Amino acid sequence: MAPVLATPALEIEGLNVDFLRGTRATAAVRDVSLSVALGECLAIVGESGSGKSQIFLAVMDLLAGNARASGSVRFFGHELLSAPRSALDAVRGSKLTMVFQDPLSALTPHLKIGVQMAEVLVRHRGQSWREAEAAALAMLSRVRISEPERRLRQYPHELSGGMRQRVLIGMSLLCEPDLLIADEPTTALDVTVQAQVLELLRSMRLESRMGIVLISHDFGLVAGLADRIIVLYAGRIVESASAAQLFARPRHPYTAALMQCAPALTGIHQERMPTLPGQPPDPGIRVDGCAFAPRCSNATARCRLDRPMLQSIGAGAQLACHHPMPA
Amino acid sequence: MSGIWSDTARRLKSSPLALAAAGFIVAVALVSIVGPLVDSNRFDTLDWSNIAVAPGAQHGHWLGTDRLGRDLFVRTLDGTRISLLIGLIATSVSLVVGVAYGAVAGFAGGNIDRWMMRVVEILSGLPLVFFVILLTVMFGRGVLLLLISIGSIGWLTMARIVRGQTLSIRRREFIEAAIAGGASSGRIIFKHVIPNVIGPVIVYATLTVPQMILFESFLSFLGLGIQEPHASLGTLIADGAAEMEAAPWILLTPGVLLAVLLLSFNIFGDCLRDALDTEEH
Amino acid sequence: MGMRTIRYFLGRLGGAVPTLLAIITISFFLMRLAPGGPFDAEQSLPPDAMANLEAVYGLDQPLWIQYGRYLGALAHGDFGPSYRYRDVTVTELIGQGLPVSATIGAIAIAIALCVGVALGTLAALHQDSMIDYATMALAVAGVAIPSFVLLPFLGLVFAIHLHWLPVAGWEPGSAADLVLPVAVLCLPPLAYIARLTRASMIEVLRSPYIRTAFAKGMPLGTVILRHAMRPALVPVAGYLVPAVAAIMTGSLVVESISGLPGIGRYLVQGALNRDYTLVLGMVIVYSTFLIGMGLLVDLLYAWLDPRIRFQS
Repeated sequence: MAPVLATPALEIEGLNVDFLRGTRATAAVRDVSLSVALGECLAIVGESGSGKSQIFLAVMDLLAGNARASGSVRFFGHELLSAPRSALDAVRGSKLTMVFQDPLSALTPHLKIGVQMAEVLVRHRGQSWREAEAAALAMLSRVRISEPERRLRQYPHELSGGMRQRVLIGMSLLCEPDLLIADEPTTALDVTVQAQVLELLRSMRLESRMGIVLISHDFGLVAGLADRIIVLYAGRIVESASAAQLFARPRHPYTAALMQCAPALTGIHQERMPTLPGQPPDPGIRVDGCAFAPRCSNATARCRLDRPMLQSIGAGAQLACHHPMPA
Repeated sequence: MSGIWSDTARRLKSSPLALAAAGFIVAVALVSIVGPLVDSNRFDTLDWSNIAVAPGAQHGHWLGTDRLGRDLFVRTLDGTRISLLIGLIATSVSLVVGVAYGAVAGFAGGNIDRWMMRVVEILSGLPLVFFVILLTVMFGRGVLLLLISIGSIGWLTMARIVRGQTLSIRRREFIEAAIAGGASSGRIIFKHVIPNVIGPVIVYATLTVPQMILFESFLSFLGLGIQEPHASLGTLIADGAAEMEAAPWILLTPGVLLAVLLLSFNIFGDCLRDALDTEEH
Repeated sequence: MGMRTIRYFLGRLGGAVPTLLAIITISFFLMRLAPGGPFDAEQSLPPDAMANLEAVYGLDQPLWIQYGRYLGALAHGDFGPSYRYRDVTVTELIGQGLPVSATIGAIAIAIALCVGVALGTLAALHQDSMIDYATMALAVAGVAIPSFVLLPFLGLVFAIHLHWLPVAGWEPGSAADLVLPVAVLCLPPLAYIARLTRASMIEVLRSPYIRTAFAKGMPLGTVILRHAMRPALVPVAGYLVPAVAAIMTGSLVVESISGLPGIGRYLVQGALNRDYTLVLGMVIVYSTFLIGMGLLVDLLYAWLDPRIRFQS
């Protein structure tokens, strides 16, 4: 594992993300605070709809038009949420990058791969197109794409899903970012390819002191890669701990249940999402008490009335629960 | 079914734009029927003592006269009535043809559908203005020919819409049940397909009327449509354009009237479409 | 890549030729089968002079032979003599009129495209703002207000009252003559293209790949021009042929009112005079042009979306 340096690359404090539909406001993210240091790999785990992607879309200012973010997001001390467009554009894609799921639709269909990659360098490093394409070529080799010269001149639909995902990852690494956010990077791929992509991320991490945020719904996926794990439910953090600690002793009932649904945690994840009984709550409806209570085996009357606050439980771990699993 | 209509009507009533547009159309239609009955002049009455006079009350010509001394108030109203009538009739023709064609194509499916739609495609690609001009050169100019040629344009899109709707309805279970139950094709089309298709058809019909009126005015303007001494908005505008410098009022009334009329139809059609649309979500 | 595009284009071309032939044939037979001949109005001629005239124009021959001769002449660019203007051939009239109409039409479509796309993009970027509502209002008005109403109105305001522009007429090389006709011609397609672009751009801007482009730190201008524009223009490309057809239709009126000596005006005159060869010739010219536009648009599609080139 790469040494964890003390400098926090990303600091999020009290982040809220709401969606406005007419007069109704739906809370997607509630009071989330976290930090990521250089060289560290942080995993955010939760079911779909838990808000895990929205947190980082807010960081990157890529939220949908009817979404509003409030709170504080600092990248190396610089506030991002209220930053002017130009400041944001300078940082996005160069020092702070994001890779999305579903590589087929994430690449512009009418532009050649070479152009889409080179434009990052042309824009952020002021290189000429020729230099930039040469660098892109080198990167394609680095992410282990076969026949890189040919790929540069091809269009996204001519590449396989796995190759496209590598291209996306390569694109995000071109300017040697300090932080890479990977949102479900393997969900749209099949099993063998997933393993390759994860392996790629692992080796990238070893080669540099880049920080990684790994967003996923599957614990199995993050097992081999994460240093720390944050578990999200209904837009709130319910548990946060080091990977070792979490896998050994998950405290929050949701975490424990989720882990049981994931198959043998060998680093290769299954096709279907883990299923717990019940549904995540409707984000448009405010609930008193703990959002997980309806599905929780430990729930008591207190849980339904009094929402547990996120509290530090020692050794850098946090927990929001009235009746956690035994330590 | 009736729920859709009452909801749509309610929605329309609450939109000031839709009400204004519809109100204007109805008002114009009424005046164009009643007005000439009230006035003593007829569309071809020549008043030699009042040639090309500006609008005024003193000589009894509220909208003035043209260069032949014909009262413009009556002529404009007559022309409006004729244009509206032609628009409505032509739309009805294209409606009947289009709905029948589209329903048959959609219901039959397969090769029949494909060939029928091929024809529509090819015809849609041609600017039918030229086709109509060819017809007028061949067969001369007359109201019947006018109606036929204008109507022959509107049915194409109507057919497309109806065919699309028919296709999607056909796959629904109750149709399959009806077919299994032994109902004849004609009966199925009539009882099941057509009522479900009516919504978009009405919207499109409302939007087709201004197209027909526009087309008729276009032809009449060029001299290929309604002939002298009868008036339609198109011929009136043509007259006005010729006398623009000396007597601008000859142009202004029919011009503004036509523009606002077409605008009203289009606005109402758009509002209608929006009002119906929200139902389907 | 080039080979594939060429093959695609040739395939389209192969489909176009029969269509053109069909139009020519149908128009020809329609003309000949029309009741009455072109000389019915000439009642002053004695029968043998009439027969001579018919012989000169080849009207006494069987229909099939007339058709064959017509096609043959067409292949040489000869559209035959005008039935009304005895000493002028249709080819000459086309030669005189086509440059005028083509100039006006080309300028009109260029303006409609550039301004329309720009307006639509602006409206998409600033939804529910003044620009957006103005564009929408323009779109509705552009559809409803006919050219033959607008042109005289504008003429009334700008030419007669303000004396900024000439009322009508055509002086070769005079740009001021063209302002009003071009303005009126380009407005309906402009309005529609603006509306089309707006809707399309809004859709495209929601695409995942646009999000990727922003995530890479690309500035708004680059994202719009390089990543969004081409997909957003696909519906506009689909509208190009109807747009040109609309401009052709509009030119009939605009040329007639403004007194511009283009083929539109000749066509209308020909229709009023029942000048068969003239009308036939003009219709063929217009159709050929439209079909040619269709082929160009097909090429455009291939450029806008590379995936199309790979389909047979």
